Amino acid sequence: MNRRLLFLLPLLTLALMAGFFAWSLLAGRDPASIGSVLVGRPAPRLDVKPLRDGEPPLTDALLRTGKPAIVNFFASWCTPCLAEHPLFARLAAREGAVVIGIAWKNKPEEARAWLKRLGDPYRFAGADLEGRAGLDWGLSGVPETYLVDGQGIVRRHFRGPITERDVNETILPFLKGAK
Amino acid sequence: MTPSAPSGHLPRVGAVYSALGGGESDSSPASGEVRRHTARRGSWLALLLMLFAFPVQAVEPSEMLPDPALEARAREIGRALRCVVCQNQSIDDSSAEVARDMRRAVRERLAAGDDDGAVFAYMVARYGDYVLLKPPFKAGTLVLWLGGPLVLLVAGGALLIAARRRRRTPLAPPVPLSDEERTRLSVILSEAKDLPLQPRGPSASPQDDR
Amino acid sequence: MIPELGHFSLILALAVALVQGTLPLLGAARGDDRLMALGRTAALTQAFLVVLAFAALTQAYVTSDFSVANVVANSHSAKPLLYKISGVWGNHEGSMLLWALILALFGAAVAIFGAGLPDTLRARVLAVQALIGVGFLAFLLFTSNPFERVSPAPLDGNGLNPLLQDPGLAFHPPLLYLGYVGFSVTYAFAIAALLEGRVDAAWARWVRPWTLAAWCFLTLGIALGSWWAYYILGWGGFWFWDPVENASLMPWLAGTALLHSAIVVEKRDALKSWTVLLAILAFSLSLLGTFLVRSGVLTSVHAFAQDPARGMFILGFLLLVTGGGLALYAWRAPQLQGGGLFQPVSREGALILNNLLLCTLAATVLLGTLYPLFLDLLTGNKVSVGPPFFNATFVPICAPLFAALCVGPYLGWKRAELWPALMHLRVAFIAAVIAAIVAATAIDGRATLAALAFGFGVWLILGSLIELAQRLVRTGFRLPPRAALGMTIAHAALGVVVLGAVGTGAWNSELMQTMKPGDRASFRGFEVTLERVENLQGPNYVAERATLRLSVGGKPYTTLQPERRLFTLQRRQVAETAIHTNLLRDLYATLGEGSAASGWVIRLYYNPLAPWIWLGAALCALGGFVSLSDRRLRIGAPSRTRPVVQAAE
Repeated sequence: MNRRLLFLLPLLTLALMAGFFAWSLLAGRDPASIGSVLVGRPAPRLDVKPLRDGEPPLTDALLRTGKPAIVNFFASWCTPCLAEHPLFARLAAREGAVVIGIAWKNKPEEARAWLKRLGDPYRFAGADLEGRAGLDWGLSGVPETYLVDGQGIVRRHFRGPITERDVNETILPFLKGAK
Repeated sequence: MTPSAPSGHLPRVGAVYSALGGGESDSSPASGEVRRHTARRGSWLALLLMLFAFPVQAVEPSEMLPDPALEARAREIGRALRCVVCQNQSIDDSSAEVARDMRRAVRERLAAGDDDGAVFAYMVARYGDYVLLKPPFKAGTLVLWLGGPLVLLVAGGALLIAARRRRRTPLAPPVPLSDEERTRLSVILSEAKDLPLQPRGPSASPQDDR
Repeated sequence: MIPELGHFSLILALAVALVQGTLPLLGAARGDDRLMALGRTAALTQAFLVVLAFAALTQAYVTSDFSVANVVANSHSAKPLLYKISGVWGNHEGSMLLWALILALFGAAVAIFGAGLPDTLRARVLAVQALIGVGFLAFLLFTSNPFERVSPAPLDGNGLNPLLQDPGLAFHPPLLYLGYVGFSVTYAFAIAALLEGRVDAAWARWVRPWTLAAWCFLTLGIALGSWWAYYILGWGGFWFWDPVENASLMPWLAGTALLHSAIVVEKRDALKSWTVLLAILAFSLSLLGTFLVRSGVLTSVHAFAQDPARGMFILGFLLLVTGGGLALYAWRAPQLQGGGLFQPVSREGALILNNLLLCTLAATVLLGTLYPLFLDLLTGNKVSVGPPFFNATFVPICAPLFAALCVGPYLGWKRAELWPALMHLRVAFIAAVIAAIVAATAIDGRATLAALAFGFGVWLILGSLIELAQRLVRTGFRLPPRAALGMTIAHAALGVVVLGAVGTGAWNSELMQTMKPGDRASFRGFEVTLERVENLQGPNYVAERATLRLSVGGKPYTTLQPERRLFTLQRRQVAETAIHTNLLRDLYATLGEGSAASGWVIRLYYNPLAPWIWLGAALCALGGFVSLSDRRLRIGAPSRTRPVVQAAE
């Protein structure tokens, strides 16, 4: 009996592996997407020079006001950022959301010009030319957006541009719920 | 400068392997002459080349730390950190922006006095375990780390047990010969006594039996 | 017209394969000679048809027939002829057609050269080969048809991936596939043996040449891929534990274990079920590799276009082939009677140890490659398993393997003494220890694993050569059987590879500087001058080329001209490294970014013993080919007849 089981072992191992493969294929898993390890943890430090003249630098205090905030990393040279921009405009204008924008690896004057041309939805804006803030927030490119609740805990992370569906299904409920 | 290559020309091999030995030199212009090229074209080219970067080892001289021991540590750490926007490369091998930022951060932490473990922890805090090319040894990766040795132990153990069991099974005692068989045996033995001894063949060594 | 002919040939080939896969099996079960002979005819016909189909696709590429979708996607009229041809298999559909071609050709080879096989065995082998062929042909025809037309035909193609226009990469797939598909023959032999219910010395002798051939080609294919990565990727690395590399290493490890395990079956009628299992696994791991590369479940620098739908098909096929084989194994293998007993210290024992260690290595690679996927699915956590993991788990297991490797040939069958065997090797041992000490003190400066590995490399080379020398002396300098010669060459070659890997992996030096034309640097006894950096125009790219002059003691030694090429159509940049080799070390230069104003980043590497990695691998394959040419393999072993018990009357 034991011997039989031994001979069955390779077949069982195959079944196990194949199960995983089928699962991976059916779930449409993308092996390259890594999510963010920050979700559920206190937000990383925010210490960014201001993008617009005459404003104070961005600090952690902005994330612990008791009101939820949306942190959006963008750049003027980034095409998907262009696509998601109107959604942030809508969130800021209609919903009164606090959107913090950080221009990642973007010359400040070019970012300002971009915002001037498209509209500026950001309550607070920072310039991260060297990418230090990006590194602190685990960025791998732009755009990336983080939803931070009033106590400074990161609740959601979006890699890539946000969509209409993300706004309706995730961001709006988050804003309402976290108040 | 005349551009080379009519159509159909075989592009040069991925590496120009020089002939064995030294001292050869391929066609070179008159000594000291530097080929001129328009500055505009050159900088456009340089810009293009920078935009469409292909992985060559990517650490740049300007990034290197002045202290060689620290730089060596930075290189070792860099080899063990994964570039999160690439497919299977370390940050030392990738020319991606994020990889460059990570290399800079590693060197800044080292220069600030962090030990290797602290630098890795710094990266993991931001990017997760994914950024470590050597998976951490924790509950989730026990099977990974112990799997190989386990296979060896289990299989080796199974073999040893099988071997011992085989040896322990006593051979069945031989069935005693019947009278008739005993007579036949004595006939055979007496015949064998009359046979000449066989000369020994070429030396039987284990290696011959291939 | 011709692509349609090719398509039609494929359909016919599928029909023939279906016939070949079923009727001979029936014939073997019933003992029907005619049905069994059908297998041979069908195999030859199938090969002919698939050759036609492959020729049709090649013709479409060579004539740049852009009405064929595959050609449009992967070729271009400006491509040189060599790369037009290699473009045939440089894409998913074409490479699947190459698989089917090699499969059919191997089937024909068994039909032609397998005349000495018993009819039932040959019929079954051909049938199993054909069933595998059915899978690939169906995959081609239903999901990956290379002959699809596109209308209207575009003026030119899109396929000018600069990375693929390289001789090393052009020939890497055919060699690899010869290896992978070669293992399908051993798989077929294993299934046939399980169906017959008999695994004996004769079977092992018949399986050996096919396994050897597949193994040799796979060795060459892996070596070529590694060499290509070395000179293309620009910093002297040659093995990255990338999933696709691992996918080719696993069947190679299983194949090596199989080669050695079959010897025990042949000589001592033992280790049967393990050998049959290895034969099934070697091919299964080849299929698994194909699945991993084409399905998108893993990231890799190397993968073909990912497609989950295709992935499901390949997974299904993998389940059929491997699952079917392993199920048959679980059912039939327990009935395989073991052969002679032997003591732990004996040739059999050594080969069992060999089996065990190689299987552990394969399991380690498999686990490391697939673990991120499993963990991600189960827990959502992402981990990376990279070279540091494999260096910590794979490399240590090689140590006992290398140590035992030289001792094994000195052990006799059934029962042997360890100490006399070791005494024969004392010179090799002492030399290895000295080499390790020299490496630790003079070359490296500290006692490291590299020094230890260096010692192992010397041990492997000397141990194999000493064994051969002693054999020659003992037999009066008569040439040993080719199988023995092949063994010595292959084992020594492994040592050469180890030395090369240690040299270039652990003891390389790097010069990295920003230089302007006219700047000088000194590096490892060379004076390096950047003479100039110029722009030039290639047939389909623009490039910057640096000219580095190296001199020793004032006398010019060589010139290296690395380039950075920008392929304008693809907007891809490729680094052209410049390598100077004297077979003992490589001087390896790459050109980085820069400009006339700021200077260019020049990287120059000194890679000691790098050429030995590929020379060693080629030598290893040579040893396999020498062994393959052994006459005894062609004659075959006499099959054991059942002893007829004579009644004593």
